[in-house]
Amino acid sequence: MKLTPLFVGAMTLALVGSASAQTLTIATVNNGDMIRMQGLSSAFTEETGIQLNWVVLEENTLRQNVTTDIATNGGQYDIMTIGTYEAPIWAKQNWLKPLDALSADAEYDVDDLLPAIRGGLSVDGKLYAAPFYGESSFIMYRKDLMEKAGLTMPDAPTWEFIGEAARAMTDRANDINGICLRGKAGWGENMAFLTAMSNSFGARWFDESWKPQFDQPEWKSTLDTYLSLMADAGPAGASSNGFNENLTLFQQGKCGMWIDATVAASFVTNPNDSTVADKVGFAQAPDNGLGKRGNWLWAWSLAIPASSQNADAAEQFINWATSKDYLALVAEKEGWANVPPGTRTSLYENPDYQAAAPFAAMTLASIDSADPTHPTVKPVPYVGVQFVAIPEFAGIGTNVGQLFSAALAGQMSADDALAQAQEATTRDMTRAGYIK
Amino acid sequence: MARRVSTSTKVGFTVLAWAVALLLFSPILWTVLTAFKTEAEAIASQPTFFPQNFTLENFGAVQDRSDYFKHAINSIIVSFGSTILGLIIAIPAAWSMAFAPSKRTKDILMWMLSTKMMPAVGVLIPIYLIFRDLRLLDTVHGLTLIMTLINLPIIVWMLYTYFKEIPVDILEAARMDGAELWNEITHVLVPMAVPGIASTLLLNVILAWNEAFWTITLTSGRAGTLTAFISSFSSPQGLFLAKLSAASLLAIAPILLLGWFSQKQLVRGLTFGAVK
Amino acid sequence: MATKQTRALARTMMAPAVIVLFIWMIVPLVMTLWFSFQNYSLINPMMTGFAGWANYVYVIGDPSFTQSLINTLILVGGVLLITIVGGTFLALLLDQPIWGQGILRILVISPFFVMPPVAALIWKNGFMHPGYGMLGHLWKFFGLQPVDWFNQYPLFSVIVIVAWQWLPFATLILLTALQSLSEEQREAAEMDGANAVNRFRYIIMPHMARAITIVILIQTIFLLGIFAEIRVTTGGGPGYASTNIAFLVFRTGILSNDIGAGSAGGVVAVIIANIVAIFLMRAVGKNLDA
Repeated sequence: MKLTPLFVGAMTLALVGSASAQTLTIATVNNGDMIRMQGLSSAFTEETGIQLNWVVLEENTLRQNVTTDIATNGGQYDIMTIGTYEAPIWAKQNWLKPLDALSADAEYDVDDLLPAIRGGLSVDGKLYAAPFYGESSFIMYRKDLMEKAGLTMPDAPTWEFIGEAARAMTDRANDINGICLRGKAGWGENMAFLTAMSNSFGARWFDESWKPQFDQPEWKSTLDTYLSLMADAGPAGASSNGFNENLTLFQQGKCGMWIDATVAASFVTNPNDSTVADKVGFAQAPDNGLGKRGNWLWAWSLAIPASSQNADAAEQFINWATSKDYLALVAEKEGWANVPPGTRTSLYENPDYQAAAPFAAMTLASIDSADPTHPTVKPVPYVGVQFVAIPEFAGIGTNVGQLFSAALAGQMSADDALAQAQEATTRDMTRAGYIK
Repeated sequence: MARRVSTSTKVGFTVLAWAVALLLFSPILWTVLTAFKTEAEAIASQPTFFPQNFTLENFGAVQDRSDYFKHAINSIIVSFGSTILGLIIAIPAAWSMAFAPSKRTKDILMWMLSTKMMPAVGVLIPIYLIFRDLRLLDTVHGLTLIMTLINLPIIVWMLYTYFKEIPVDILEAARMDGAELWNEITHVLVPMAVPGIASTLLLNVILAWNEAFWTITLTSGRAGTLTAFISSFSSPQGLFLAKLSAASLLAIAPILLLGWFSQKQLVRGLTFGAVK
Repeated sequence: MATKQTRALARTMMAPAVIVLFIWMIVPLVMTLWFSFQNYSLINPMMTGFAGWANYVYVIGDPSFTQSLINTLILVGGVLLITIVGGTFLALLLDQPIWGQGILRILVISPFFVMPPVAALIWKNGFMHPGYGMLGHLWKFFGLQPVDWFNQYPLFSVIVIVAWQWLPFATLILLTALQSLSEEQREAAEMDGANAVNRFRYIIMPHMARAITIVILIQTIFLLGIFAEIRVTTGGGPGYASTNIAFLVFRTGILSNDIGAGSAGGVVAVIIANIVAIFLMRAVGKNLDA
C-alpha cells in the first residue's frame, strides 16, 4: 500500500511530537481577559502539543514574583505578563528576548499593532513584548442618571462639568455615588489615575533636572479637586478601591460615573455581569482647558525572559495569544464585544466589532490621544503618561500612593500629604542618584 | 468528673459558651454558606443566610482557573514531609536535651527558638539566590526543606517538654537490660511518647500548611501549594465573592477536617511543658 | 548519672538539629549583612559597590520607621492581650460542665486551621467590607452607617483578624493547663469557703502562670513577623497607619526592589527581635526552670 509510509511517517511525527512535548510556564494576572485566555488555551495545546503550566496571580504578587525572578535570573517562567512600564526598562537591561520571529511573521502582521502601544513595548525599533490587551482611560457614565440629573454629557467634558455632574447625580439614600475613582494605594492603582489626572492640570512628577514637583500649585489643585470630588460624590471606603473594586461597584449600579481603564467597557456592558449593561455611555477623559486630557496608556503584554529554556515554543504561544486568529476565536465563543481590545488597528476597522462594541470608537480615540513622550503641559525628562519610566518609580509611586490614599481616608490633610510626598520623593531620588 | 452543679447554672454556661463559640466560628460559617450561593446572591444588598439557589458552579469555576488537586497534593507533601523530616532530626536532639541535660541545654533551646524570629521578608533575596543556584526554585523538595527548617525549633521544643515528663527510671531500666541506645529510643521512648509525637506532628503540619510567605515566593506553577492557589483569587474581579469563598473553603477544608478529627490527639500534647 | 559516655552521645545526637539550624541561621544572616552594606538594586544593575552605612541611614530615616516600630509593638501587645484575656475566659467557660462540649471545642479551635491569607480575605471581603460584608449588613440592620474598618481603624482591624487566628491556640494551651489542676485542689478550696473570685485569684491564676508565659513566648515569635494579613488587607496603609517592621522591610526591599536597604531593614528587624527575645527569654526562662 502506498499509504503505509505516510501512515508510518505520521506516527513517527506524532511520537516525536509527544516525546518532545514541551511545557511552558506562564505567569499572568487574574484579570478577566487573561482568565478567558487560560480557558481557551487548550486549543493551542491541541494544535501544537505544547503543554501549558499556568501561574495566575493577583497583580501585586505577580509583579513581585516576576521581578524577583527576572532580576535574579531565576528561570522559573517562560512567559511573563508585564506592562508598558516594565517592558522598556527590562528590555534595556537585556532581560527580555526580542520577539524577532513574531515581528517577521507576515501572518502575525506586526504593523497591525496600534502604533502607540507598539512603541511603548519596543526599544530601538525592536519589539520585546506582544500586547495582549491595550487600554487608555475614559469616562463611563450612567445615561439614565445623567438624564435624571438634567445634564448631557459632552464627548469631551471638562473637570468642571464632571464635578457638577457628579454632585448632581449623587443620591446617597439610594446608594448611588456620583463618581467612583481609584483610591487604593499603589503606583499602578491610585497613582495611575492621579498622575494621569494631574497631567490635565498641568502638573508633572519632575522638572527637567529631576526635582520632584509636589510643592507646585498644579499638584495642589489636582489633589484638592480629587479630594473634594470624592468627599462630595464618592463611595464610602474609597481609599481601598482599586480598578476591580470600582468595577464591582459600577456593575452593581452604585456609580454615576467612573473614570478608568477602557477595557472595563466590555465588562460594564456585558449583561451577564452587569446590572446596568444597557445604560452605559462613554466620553473622553476630562481636561482643564490646558490641552491635555487625563487619559493614560497601558498594555498588558506577554514577554519571554532571557532565562527561558523554551524560547521558541514561548514565542509560538505569544504568537497564538496575540494574533488576529485569537481575536476571532474569542469572538466566535464569546462574541465580539468580549475580545481583548486595544491592540490591533484591524479590530477597530472590523464592522462586526464596531457593531458589537459601542465603546470601540471612544477607546481608539483615547488610545490615540495619549502621548507618553509628552505627557503633560510642561516639558519633562521622562517617558510615560501615568508612570515615570525609571526603575525606581515602582517604589516611589507606591510610597506617594500611600500618602494620597491616607489623605483620601481623611488621615492627613492634602497639604501634609503633598509635603510628605515631596520629602519622600526627594529622598528616594537623591538616593538613586538623579538629584546630585 | 463532672462537678455537681444545678441545671440552671449548666443551662446558663451552655448558652454563653455556644454564643461565644458561634461568634468565633461565624467567619468560617459565613464563608461556607457564601460558597454555595450564586454571585448575585452573595453580594445582594438584602443578604440571605442560607443559599436560596443552592449551586456548585463556584467550585467548577475555581477548578477551571486553578488546578485544586495539584495544589492540595503539594500542600500535603510539603506539610507532612517537612514535619516527618523535622521529627527525624528532632527526636534524637530532644532525647539528649531531656535525658542528658547540660548547663547549656536551656540556652540551646532558646537559641533554636530565636532563629524563628528572623523576618522572612528580610532574607528573601539571599534564600532566593541560594535556591536558584541549587536548582530548588519551584520544587516540592526545596519547599519541604524550608518548612523543615522553619518548624524544627518548635518540634524540638515540643518533644523536649514531652520527653521530660517521662520518668527517667523507665529508660534506666531498659538500659540495665542491656538495650542499645537505638533500641532504647525506638522501643521504649517513642512508644511511650506517641501521644506527644502525634500532637507535635499535628501542630507542625498545621503550621506548615498555613505558611504563606515562602510557599508563594519560591514557587511558580509546579510546586505551588494551596496558599499559592488562594492567591489567584485574592483580588476582586467583577463578581467574585462566592468564588472567593469557594476557593477559601477548598483551601482550608483538608486541614480543618484533619484538625477536627484529631483534635483530641492535638490537644493532649499541646502543653509545651506548661503542665506538670 | 550522666556519664562521660552518655554526654558524648548526647552531643552527637543533638548535632544534626544544631548544625542544620546553625546553617539556616548563619548563611542568610551573613548574606543579609553583606547585602546591607552594598548598593544593590534588583532593577537597576548600575547600582553597585560598597555602600557603607548608607542603607542603614536610609532605612532608619524612613518617614515611617518610628511609626512602624510602634505599630509592631501595638500589634504584638494587642493580640497578646486579646488572646490571653479571651483565652482564659474561654478556657474557664469550656471547663464548665456544659452540653455539647465536643462540638463547642471544635468550633472554637477552627480559626487556628485557617491559613493567614484566607483569614485575611474572608474578614476583608465577607465580613468587614462596608458594602457587602456581614458586619456592614448588621450595621445597616440596626440603622447605622456601615463602618469602613480598614480605613477608619486599620491597625485595630488587623489586630482583630490576627487575634481571631491565635485565640484558639491560647485557649487550648490554657484549657489543658486548667484541666490539669486536680479536682482535689479545687474541692479543697471550695470547702475552705473560697468564693469564685478568690479561687480564680489564688488557685487558678498561679497554676496558669506558666501556661500564659508559654503562650506569650510562642505567639510573640509568630506575631513579630505578621505580614500576610497586612498585605492582603490594608497594604500597610492608609499612609503608614498599619505598617509594621516586617511590612516596612517588604516595602523597601521588595516593593522598591532595593535589596541593600531591604537587607539593612532586615538586620534592624533581627536586632529588634533579639531585644524582644532577651526580655522574653528572661521572663519565660525563669518560669520554665521550675
